[in-house]
Amino acid sequence: MAEVQEKADSGKGGKKRAKKMSVHLDMTPMVDLAFLLLTFFMLTTTFSKPQTMEIQMPVKPDNIEDLTPVKAENATTIILGEDDKIHYYFGLVDDNPELITTDYSANGIRKVLLTPRVRQNTKMVVMIKPMEGSRYKNMVDILDEMKITDTKRFAMVDITKQDIDLVQSQN
Amino acid sequence: MPRVKIKRSKPTLDMTPMVDLAFLLVTFFMLTTKFAPDDAVIVDTPTSVSEIKIPESNVITIAIDKDNRVFYGVDGQQTREKLLDKIGQKYGVTFNEDQRKAFSLTSNFGVPVRQLPGFLSMGIDDRKKVNQPGIPIDSLNNELSEWVWQTRLTNPQVIVAIKGDVDANFTTINKIIKTLEERKVSRFNLITDMEARPTSL
Repeated sequence: MAEVQEKADSGKGGKKRAKKMSVHLDMTPMVDLAFLLLTFFMLTTTFSKPQTMEIQMPVKPDNIEDLTPVKAENATTIILGEDDKIHYYFGLVDDNPELITTDYSANGIRKVLLTPRVRQNTKMVVMIKPMEGSRYKNMVDILDEMKITDTKRFAMVDITKQDIDLVQSQN
Repeated sequence: MPRVKIKRSKPTLDMTPMVDLAFLLVTFFMLTTKFAPDDAVIVDTPTSVSEIKIPESNVITIAIDKDNRVFYGVDGQQTREKLLDKIGQKYGVTFNEDQRKAFSLTSNFGVPVRQLPGFLSMGIDDRKKVNQPGIPIDSLNNELSEWVWQTRLTNPQVIVAIKGDVDANFTTINKIIKTLEERKVSRFNLITDMEARPTSL
């Protein structure tokens, strides 16, 4: 719908009826279309690329005897249990340590990882042992806590029979 | 605006700036948009404070849904086509041209190799409806291992990303990690959502 609108007659011009004209174009349909496309692209676009967390699993050594055992005072074990529970103990499982149960909140495992006992011991190794009943979120959460608390020395370890027995006996 | 004369005419609004802006935005979105891949499964990823972004290409995505089904996906149509040939040879399954074409356009899937030709012959809408059983990861029949290995032979630059659901069982995840370790992939990524880092510890 192009519409020619008359303007005030200037009085000049070759022919009598010739007038200065400004052409107005009805842009409404075009605008409709433009906004339709705009809405479409805005809704379909995926801006945020997903975040990732990089983890490096230890390469398996060829010879198991090359490994040095962790000393009792330098070991912390975190067991990821069922129903979003965390059990942890200091030291080695052979010494029948006290098992403490906590959770994933800011006052839970994070506080433990920030205690001087873990923090100020540069040789402290945190071993993460997920139990079979734990879910994937638990694993990501605990790795995240490691990142938040800036714990450098940690490892994902398979849970042992002794650990399972310990959890069952103290619960 | 000085009014010259009161004239009976439609009120017109100069829409030019608005149109300019609208088209600017349309152009912007058209150029930046990257359509979300048509995933076979919905995965609700856990959150983390990690800020590393996943690379855009050369990524193997292993998705695990809440029912512990495993889905496999790799980007790049040529990679997929070559990969399918290699897997076909390995398992003695032949794929026709249409199935190869369909596979090169499938962003991820969760069916065992034996069922793959049938799955790929389906129409695109039927494929969405079918309940995919997941890729076998048992130690006796670990097809995932083969997929990862053949993909790495096809495209040595690929990195592995695990996209697990919040409720996926750790046992399944552990099996996948073990599978990857067997194939000498010791560095991989876990896809997570964003979460604000706590300001105070």
